Amino acid sequence: MLALVILVPMAPGWSRVKDSFFNWEIFVRTTPRLLEAFLLDVAIFAWSAPLIAVIGLLIALCRGVRSPSLFPLRMFGAAYVDIFRGVPVILVIYLIGFGIPGLGLPRPWNSPYIWGTVALVLTYSAYVAEILRSGIESIHPSQRSAAICLGLSERDAMRYVILPQAIRRVVPANMNMFIALQKDVALLSVIGPVEILRQAGVFKSLLANFTPYVAAAAIFLALTIPATRYADYLMNRQRNVRS
Amino acid sequence: MSEAKLTLTDMQKSFGTQHVLRGINLEIAKGEMVCLIGPSGSGKSTLLRCMNMLEPIDDGIVQLDGLDISEPGLDLEPVRRRIGIVFQSFNLFPHMSAADNVLLAPRRVLGKGTAELQVEAHELFQRFNLADHMHKYPDQLSGGQQQRVAVIRALAMRPEIMLFDEITSALDPELVEEVLDVLRQLRDDGMTMVLATHEMGFARELADRVCFMDGGKIVEEGPPTQMFREPRMDRTKSFLKSVLR
Repeated sequence: MLALVILVPMAPGWSRVKDSFFNWEIFVRTTPRLLEAFLLDVAIFAWSAPLIAVIGLLIALCRGVRSPSLFPLRMFGAAYVDIFRGVPVILVIYLIGFGIPGLGLPRPWNSPYIWGTVALVLTYSAYVAEILRSGIESIHPSQRSAAICLGLSERDAMRYVILPQAIRRVVPANMNMFIALQKDVALLSVIGPVEILRQAGVFKSLLANFTPYVAAAAIFLALTIPATRYADYLMNRQRNVRS
Repeated sequence: MSEAKLTLTDMQKSFGTQHVLRGINLEIAKGEMVCLIGPSGSGKSTLLRCMNMLEPIDDGIVQLDGLDISEPGLDLEPVRRRIGIVFQSFNLFPHMSAADNVLLAPRRVLGKGTAELQVEAHELFQRFNLADHMHKYPDQLSGGQQQRVAVIRALAMRPEIMLFDEITSALDPELVEEVLDVLRQLRDDGMTMVLATHEMGFARELADRVCFMDGGKIVEEGPPTQMFREPRMDRTKSFLKSVLR
């Protein structure tokens, strides 16, 4: 670290790099607008997250059905997870974000906000579904037996006995997913919304300087570092209790 | 004894290649207390778990009050309400208080008002000296207390027959007696009970009938006085010798 601090400034191009990436004046000038643009990231995150939670849960439940008559649901769940975990997020965003508005839909329905959100929700739901499923499977089968033996239906056993325990167990893992989502919202910049990354790009072109990107990174860190610490804290606490 | 509560006819059960129950015939009368004894792996637990169809059986018939509950496709939820079961490992729901553990199933299933159910639950807790612990979570209770809550939870559904799967085996020795006392109380109420147990003294004291199981079969059965004093079969003799020392 120290070596880095001493050695990097000795490199021949340092003064140029310093000027185009760490220009304090530009930093101060662009940060307020970047913060404003960042609110859009936060908003997209805020409406995506609950959708992801709900769809992730539904997919996890599909994957867990036991009854043979519901086998198609199980297949659907497996296929969904395979597809959306197997394709890079950015590609899903491209395909959905450019593809669907390309159908020539009327006004509100060609919005990149809608289809960008859909792309994020589809992808992240697959990950969250897998986390939830691992949580459901980590609950000892004797809990289900005990519930069934009391005369509860399979549905009630899932809803009142298994899910509450499973969800609690995977809170930290899901926290990590949502931190990743917070960052991936910036990927929507490729299909249009002027969120922080796009705004930083605009500034870069305007000012012929990369400092706005550094400012954008700093803004992300200000949010993700505390969130990561909190997830770690939850994870540790969970390890200590071990229900 | 009077009419049959539960009748098992030629019950067969395998797990994969392991033939665990090899033709069980057993009739349990209303109000009777039957103890299943036998070495580990003899099929006692599986037999209990097949009695309420928690494990589907491969062949044979199980009848509850003459109703064939082993028929494929039968809706088992109403059947299971009539048969309570308590497990060796308690299996309380760890995310709920003792009271909520007890109230969950009645609330969802019996269709009575919450107030009425709460009164009933409170009476049960009081009866088994747990009223002070109603609002604690399972991890705040001792093993003996947890097991008594598990019994209360099963009783709250007003079952007609209770199955107990080695319910004292996971307990520290000093806690066994408080759980056995609960069984004595149920015995006094005339509850129909089937116990898989290693507590030979208890079986001798309270059982109407003792069944010795080995290798997936009921090898010998009879009243406790006869079973413990003069067993007929060699396998019964050697088992009792090894556990009674």
